[in-house]
Amino acid sequence: VSQSNPLDRRDFLLRAAKAGAAIVAAGGAGLWLHDRKGPSANIVSETVSLPDFSLPSTGPKMSIITGADRVKTVNRALAALGGIERFIKSGDRVVLKVNAAFASPAALSATSHPDLVAEVTRLCLRAGAASVIVTDNPINDPPSCFSLTGIARAAEAAGAKIALPTPSSFKPTTLADATLDQGLAVVDRAVSRRDQAHRPRAGQEPQSQRRVLTMKNWYGLLGGRRNVFHQDINTIIFELARLVRPTLVILDGTTTMMTNGPTGGSLDDLKATNTMIASTDAVAADAFGATLLGKTAASLPFIGKAAAAGLGTADFESLNPARDHVDKMRKHRTFNIQHSGLTCQTSMDWALNVECWVLNVVPGDFPTTGGAP
Amino acid sequence: MKIVTVRRIAQIFFFALFAWFCVVTTVGDRWWQLRGWPVNWLLQLDPLVALGTLLTTKTIYAGLLWALATVVLTILLGRFFCGWVCPFGALHQFIGWLGRRRKKHAERVAMNQYRNGQVIKYYILIAMLAAASGGLLAEVLRWPREKPVVGLVVLAASLILTLWFATRKVVSGWKQTAEWFAGLLFIGTALGFLVRPEVMVASSLQTGLLDPIPLIHRSMNLVILAAFDGVATASRFYVAAWSIAAVFFAALLLNLWIPRFYCRFICPLGALFGVLAHWTPWRIGKRQGECSGCELCENNCEGACDPFGKIHPHECLLCMNCLRACRQAQMTYGPNRSAAGEVPSPGLTRRGFLTAAVSGLAAVPVVRLAGSLNQNWNPGVVRPPGALAEEDFLSRCIKCGQCMRVCPTNIIQPATLEAGLEGLWTPLLNFRVGTSGCQLNCIACGNVCPTSAIRPLSLDEKLGRGKFEPSGPVRMGTAFVDRGRCLPWAMDVPCIVCQENCPVSPKAIYVREEFQVVRDGARTITAVAADSLTLDGAALRPGTLGTGDYFVRLETAPPVNAG
Repeated sequence: VSQSNPLDRRDFLLRAAKAGAAIVAAGGAGLWLHDRKGPSANIVSETVSLPDFSLPSTGPKMSIITGADRVKTVNRALAALGGIERFIKSGDRVVLKVNAAFASPAALSATSHPDLVAEVTRLCLRAGAASVIVTDNPINDPPSCFSLTGIARAAEAAGAKIALPTPSSFKPTTLADATLDQGLAVVDRAVSRRDQAHRPRAGQEPQSQRRVLTMKNWYGLLGGRRNVFHQDINTIIFELARLVRPTLVILDGTTTMMTNGPTGGSLDDLKATNTMIASTDAVAADAFGATLLGKTAASLPFIGKAAAAGLGTADFESLNPARDHVDKMRKHRTFNIQHSGLTCQTSMDWALNVECWVLNVVPGDFPTTGGAP
Repeated sequence: MKIVTVRRIAQIFFFALFAWFCVVTTVGDRWWQLRGWPVNWLLQLDPLVALGTLLTTKTIYAGLLWALATVVLTILLGRFFCGWVCPFGALHQFIGWLGRRRKKHAERVAMNQYRNGQVIKYYILIAMLAAASGGLLAEVLRWPREKPVVGLVVLAASLILTLWFATRKVVSGWKQTAEWFAGLLFIGTALGFLVRPEVMVASSLQTGLLDPIPLIHRSMNLVILAAFDGVATASRFYVAAWSIAAVFFAALLLNLWIPRFYCRFICPLGALFGVLAHWTPWRIGKRQGECSGCELCENNCEGACDPFGKIHPHECLLCMNCLRACRQAQMTYGPNRSAAGEVPSPGLTRRGFLTAAVSGLAAVPVVRLAGSLNQNWNPGVVRPPGALAEEDFLSRCIKCGQCMRVCPTNIIQPATLEAGLEGLWTPLLNFRVGTSGCQLNCIACGNVCPTSAIRPLSLDEKLGRGKFEPSGPVRMGTAFVDRGRCLPWAMDVPCIVCQENCPVSPKAIYVREEFQVVRDGARTITAVAADSLTLDGAALRPGTLGTGDYFVRLETAPPVNAG
């Protein structure tokens, strides 16, 4: 290369140097990012698993309290288990997994009653819980479910935070040998993330973080395609029970939905059964709940499956449940429905009928805090 | 031999090679069939395929590393690929030459003038690459939330830098660039804290729509060869072939108006080469600023790069026509810049760049509002065996049509809008067109796929044999019996076609016999002879019942197949 002009030569060398650098950069990047094998069969994003929130120290316990005032019955039911303090320690972050499945008024009893959610929230906070998070992935859209059922207002007034799930709140989870395989079952990421965010600092006792209360169905922890959850429903429910091991479940049988469930729609579908159950054994609680529906535990296959897998006992009497009664039994009390301003006769709460019951499988609630990373 | 002759030989060679590779993309072991021909080689040489999939997957799949050779040569020599290798370019050049054969010198020079519109192809490239980068951007934007401490430090530092630059009122040079960088860093980091970028931006690989190498493969495979296939052997059908042909022939016909129209105005690959050629040590240019001004150099200038005046080096295709045309040997290919001067850049404006990038980036989430990846998923979108999950599939498929060409049963078809706008011309299984389903013992599509949008399966994996036994055979979709349409269920018409066609042994589909008494079908036997029964009642209508459609059962016997 002969060049007369030194400026031209300089320009050429500069360009050649830049070209060389570009070649080195492109070559380096190309070789570095070269992928000889190609993508693998299943590109599975990371899966999460929920820690076991049950407390081994408490053992299986159960209380069955009759009475129409659920604030009183739930207090008594928890007291009979040794008090909420046995489950909630100071500094715990509690998740209440409620049933907010439908955007219908509390009066129809298709969802957890706001009074109960508020009372349990208060009890947790009084026991020293650092925070109480109320969550569910309902069937109707989350914001309207939480507002129309009155749960959001009541829970927030009592000091809880509402966690509304969004599509990005979910991550795949998996369970060995389960029908709910990868990509189907998904767990609320908001919850597991919160777990991480609230992992105890050094010096705090990790044990004290593992508390959970429960109220209802685990379906509300699932995202993704909902239709699969109703196929072979007994197996799915049983596997959900394996997936989620709560600290405590509360089954509100103050009012039972006997027919037209799980949505109900008429006060005529409801029956005052005036019972509140608290238990560390979700299977036993469900077995007792079956009796409120006029059924036996044997007629609900998932209970048998869960019992056979060692998740609890279907023979709730073997737990020697503490029984008590508070308040005078009332068939109805006057209740003011806030939004409509109508006053109607109602005694409300928990809705049970076959389908709903199935949904409420493990009347469980939710783990919150802590637990394994 | 003249350099132009060498170039023509190269073009003819590469075009013939391309056509040959398309022809041999046929299942079989004869010399004119697949056997071991490197049928994807030209696609692998295409750096836009490699760069596009690099942005969407952060990897360069196997043979796509060939693109590195093209990149290196382009950085050193210029856009040789356009002028010497590209089969689509050769076709344009040929048709352009046909179109201007009879034209006068001045007309030809006018046709080959540089036009400002030639910058459009750079914007097309930017928009397509931006659309492919959405996922990467989301990943980068997510850092601040995943590492909040680092994020806050970056946020604070970039804010301080931006303010410092702003107060010093820097106006030009690297300081301005640094200010822009710091400002964007600040905005990006802040966004990372405020929004969930992964739900807002995503990647979609759409370079294949206009990338000339996939385009001409698709057109050759699904239009030209498909037409000839009908002559030679059984007919091939491709449902979206008309739209592919429309784009292909429109691109060819535009050459009659402006030669190499596609290359000059549209081609995103050419734009990429234009950028890569920025620092070429060797380039086309004039020896002296002043010459006789005959403009013969522009008579056949393929790139419309204005070699007579200030040359546009990014547009030069190295066709070398100017070298040969100049009678005073003014034109050279050498180490010096043109003595008549060079236009230093392709002419992109910052505003244009940002518009193209933001448009490309925004187009993906807008198109995905249709929900075809989620709630509005079309169950008819059955991809070939081994195809990745839909989103990963779309981040790799370049719509080249190789799988459709190689498929022995013609069942792989280019989509129109079945898989959404993004899925245009991607492979779908069409069991109506396919001659005999997806052949159980065929794995051709995945093994020919240049980007592994369809994974290269082994037969064992496809059939779930050997070490793949636990995961079972590869599933493409789910079939079920629609009892409202199935002839025996819906019409009481005996039919066992699905069972007969089921290719596995033992059969995955079985039939059971089920008998029902038709209206007035129960008869009493009045007489029994050695080989005949006499029934009471009116005579059975001939032709209504065929052998096997009726049965005789003793009244006292239990019902047949009552289950």
